[in-house]
Amino acid sequence: MDDFEYVRPGSVGEAVALLAEKPGRARAMAGGTDLLVQLKVGRRTLDRVVDVKGIAELNEIHVGSDGGITIGAAVPCHRVYDHPAIVAGFPGIVDSASIVGGIAIQGRATLGGNLCNGAPSGDSIPSLAVVGAVAVIAGPSGRREFPVSEFCTGPGQTVLGADELLVAIRLPAPPPRSFGHYLRFIPRNEMDIAVAGAGAWVALDEAGVVTAARVVLASVAPTPIEVPDAATAIIGTRGEATALEAASEAAKAAARPITDMRGTQAQRRHLSGVLTKRALAGAIARARGEHVPGAHEAHRVHASATH
Amino acid sequence: MTTTADRPATSSPTRVISINDGANIIVSHGDYAVIGTRPVRHDGVDKVTGRAVYGGDTRLNGLLFGKVLRSPHVHARIVSIDTSKARAVPGVHAIVTNADLPTAEDREVNLGEGGGNLKYMSDNVLASDLVLYKGHAIAAVAAINVHVAEAACALIEVEYEVLPAVHEIKAAIAEGAPLVHPSLTTKSLGKDTGVHSNITNHARLQIGDPDAAFARADVIAEGEFTTTMVHQGYIEPTNATAMWYADGKVTIWTSTQGSFAARDSTAQILGLPVSRVKAVPQEIGGGFGGKINVYLEPVAALLSRASGRPVKLIMTRAEVFQATGPAPGSYSKVKFGATKDGRLVAASAEIYMESGAYPGSDTGAAMRCLYSPYKIDDMRVDGYDVLTNRPKTAPYRAPGAPQAAFASEQVIDDLARKLGMDPVEFRLLNAAHEGTRLVNGPLHKKVGGIEVLEQTKAHAHYQSDLGTPSPGTKRGRGVAIGYWFNIGLPSSVAISVNADGSVTLVEGSTDIGGSRASIAMQAAEILGVRAEDVRPSVVDTDSIGYTGVTGGSRTTYATGLAAIEAARHVIAQMTARVAKVWSVSPDEVSHDHGAFRAGTRSMSFKDAAGHLDETGGPITGTASLDPQGHGGAFATVTCDVEIDVETGKTQVLKWTIVQDAGKAIHPSYVEGQFQGASAQGIGWALSEEYFMNSKGEMTNTSLLDYRLPTAFDVPMINTVIVEVPNPGHPFGVRGVGEASIVPPMAAVANAIRDAIGVRMHALPMNPGAILHALGTI
Ligand SMILES: Cc1cc2nc3c(=O)[nH]c(=O)nc-3n(C[C@H](O)[C@H](O)[C@H](O)COP(=O)(O)OP(=O)(O)OC[C@H]3O[C@@H](n4cnc5c(N)ncnc54)[C@H](O)[C@@H]3O)c2cc1C
Repeated sequence: MDDFEYVRPGSVGEAVALLAEKPGRARAMAGGTDLLVQLKVGRRTLDRVVDVKGIAELNEIHVGSDGGITIGAAVPCHRVYDHPAIVAGFPGIVDSASIVGGIAIQGRATLGGNLCNGAPSGDSIPSLAVVGAVAVIAGPSGRREFPVSEFCTGPGQTVLGADELLVAIRLPAPPPRSFGHYLRFIPRNEMDIAVAGAGAWVALDEAGVVTAARVVLASVAPTPIEVPDAATAIIGTRGEATALEAASEAAKAAARPITDMRGTQAQRRHLSGVLTKRALAGAIARARGEHVPGAHEAHRVHASATH
Repeated sequence: MTTTADRPATSSPTRVISINDGANIIVSHGDYAVIGTRPVRHDGVDKVTGRAVYGGDTRLNGLLFGKVLRSPHVHARIVSIDTSKARAVPGVHAIVTNADLPTAEDREVNLGEGGGNLKYMSDNVLASDLVLYKGHAIAAVAAINVHVAEAACALIEVEYEVLPAVHEIKAAIAEGAPLVHPSLTTKSLGKDTGVHSNITNHARLQIGDPDAAFARADVIAEGEFTTTMVHQGYIEPTNATAMWYADGKVTIWTSTQGSFAARDSTAQILGLPVSRVKAVPQEIGGGFGGKINVYLEPVAALLSRASGRPVKLIMTRAEVFQATGPAPGSYSKVKFGATKDGRLVAASAEIYMESGAYPGSDTGAAMRCLYSPYKIDDMRVDGYDVLTNRPKTAPYRAPGAPQAAFASEQVIDDLARKLGMDPVEFRLLNAAHEGTRLVNGPLHKKVGGIEVLEQTKAHAHYQSDLGTPSPGTKRGRGVAIGYWFNIGLPSSVAISVNADGSVTLVEGSTDIGGSRASIAMQAAEILGVRAEDVRPSVVDTDSIGYTGVTGGSRTTYATGLAAIEAARHVIAQMTARVAKVWSVSPDEVSHDHGAFRAGTRSMSFKDAAGHLDETGGPITGTASLDPQGHGGAFATVTCDVEIDVETGKTQVLKWTIVQDAGKAIHPSYVEGQFQGASAQGIGWALSEEYFMNSKGEMTNTSLLDYRLPTAFDVPMINTVIVEVPNPGHPFGVRGVGEASIVPPMAAVANAIRDAIGVRMHALPMNPGAILHALGTI
């Protein structure tokens, strides 16, 4: 690992200036659980690491009067899944935040870092995208907002400029009877990168019919990908088996996976379908008021039942 | 169906200790004061408080840090190496290559346990003309810190001529395959065939006439199986620190399974007499067979000679995967025949095992263990060692036997299914016992295979039903048995008596799995003192007699025997001193459970120790021995799995391991061995593999992607300790470290077969493989 300068600014303006000074040779660091690993193994070299955890605004979780929530870019996962308003309104995001790494990683890792790292396998990106999350970005010329669903442009690539900083992720107020669910497939029960993942979100009318839906897949294309056909297949139904099957087929058709050490093309395509079906069923059940355990909760229950 | 007529009666005394769901049931009596109890281990406090000094913790004045430059190619000729730019980097103190090593002779050297070809050993440490696998060491730098060393490594210019390579067994044995060592010819059944191929050796073991016997079989089952290269997965990375002193003596500090083996190999590679090398064993964070060979020790020594300073080298995890010795992958064909009443009558097998970059694999042990659980009159096994462009393989717990059992125990399962017999009953009906002939010729000594199978059958787990599967899943149960012969080898122990009645015990066996405790306990039992009164120390190679590696499940047995002998030597001397105090003849003094007695007089060991000064001074008891009475061990695994048929994911629900320990000196560490091997077996079965890309490069070189099982992947492991005493040890000790990893992979495969009706022919049986087997993808 090469030497680099470590700085810890106290404001967004200072951080942006520190990034802008060394275009492409400086990067923001939140939890560092991606960045430090990349530096250590030599996948990336930098002259300057800008630690953003000292910026007050980036450490806040703000619940708006309309029920929307703004999560600062340096807020670690454990604060996300322990936050009552997020747990109540955005269980899909809780699903994701509670499976990133293990307990130690969750004490550091952030949703912002997960998003800015731009990995196709990032577990929080589908969950954020399906609820219409927006990235709040600061740069030398001010602030802009950008939808999370279009934030990633390729493996490790995002719309962020070299001199831009992610300030927060803004979750719009959820419509009534709307919930998300995220499921990923990993061969082990913890500490793995998704072979495939699916985030689903639905809104129901009072009669229990799906009026809106979104599905975003992880790990089956160069970026997280949205599957509008899966949403179309489930909208107007009550989540009957045939509708779930149709959504599953749409996901399989949309997947553009590769074969690597984590899984094969065929396996990932197949899993896109299975996970879409299961994530949609879970989201619908949640929207109906049923308790659907997150992946994390589920395997803990499973593990203790067998002990 | 089962007849017991031809089985010896269950040997007595048999002791069964069973840990079921946390409840600790000790079925039989304890005859001993110390043996069989569970004292706190002597090294425990240091380890849990972080005081223990592991290899990587070694600190010396003036220490430099080294880094090794490794081949990016799988197979290439080194055309030139230019270190000039690297030498110019400020902070660099030394750079070495193979040119700094003495020219190694192409000859076999004896290293106490097994041996090796000196040229291959030397070339594996620093490549001479060829790099034979990705990660093969080429040069090394010593600098003021590891970052400078790393930067300098990057400036070493190596010109390569890339050569075609072979990545796995089937490709390596195919007609016209590129040759890893073009000059080598195949030896077959002891003769040089003169044929150039990647098969370096073909061996055969045969008893009777299996071809004729198959004709008498009513039912035959057979199959072909492959297993991939896996790593031992020890957590502490490979390391070495060395100082080459001005007087020409070399000291190495290293975490190793065998300080004498490390000393001897380092001396051989450096061309030094053993008297000039001292190995100081540091605490070791796991080895499992992978910390017997030396990789960094000679390199650190060369860097120290060149710099005049001590030099430390520690591998990264990626280096550990790519440049140390993993367990070989294998390819086997196995066939068994039985009569319709369930008697095994014939067996044949071919086992190909990868040796990696240099000749020599675990094939021999695989061949010896394959049929050992059974009584078969006519059997044959052919074994082949195969070169590939992968790291030179090394032992991993019961080396070779797990790969063989993965094949044979699935075929046995198929045969039981075809016969409609219970799998444990079928194994019991055919179980080997004392006097059964082994395929390599000798007869089984007293062994506990039948007792282990009987305990397996009687266990609540085997008697339970599978329960209700979760929605979308299927459940199944599998059983398998495995055997490991265990080994003896030399050991030395010295025991000195302190005036306060405690003793110090000095030993040469490095402690990987609690052996300080189990050896101290054996001495304590003989001396009649508490385990806590023994203070054990693992010392360097200048401070104790020769001791073989901690491996082969030998340490509690062989070093334990040395401790027993040394303790008896102490007692003999103490008896004479007590006689002096009492003014009686030594013949009149006896020693029993810590007390010396003559007539009505009695004196405790502690009081006797207080009299040493006035009766002739200090007492030390010593023993160095090379015992031959080791006894083999059987283990079974019963496991229940639940498979999500849509995703192909297997969850192990329940696991019971039953093993013959001979005698459990410290039952907690025996259970720990069973449980550790089970956890490793679950990983080997379901998720671990060297994943190679099309160029033959391992791509999953981190513990994130080399999938060792996590705590959530391993259920509670129920352990049952069976004790069929080994007549070759006064307390009956057999080794326990290895037999337990032999059956897990086959047991999981049999459980999967039971759950979803498909036979798995390859490891790992990961979700993708299950979906393939089911025809889903
Ligand atoms: C053991 C382990 C297990 C893991 N398991 C998972 C897993 O299960 N699922 C998963 O998705 N990931 C996993 N990861 C990856 C990683 O933990 C996550 O991606 C995490 O969310 C990253 O957050 P961070 O705050 O640590 O990011 P950092 O490492 O700090 O940053 C990641 C990237 O984002 C950039 N960045 C961070 N903050 C900002 C900002 N405010 N503005 C602009 N750019 C920014 C950084 O420059 C860097 O390029 C794992 C990592 C480890 C080490």
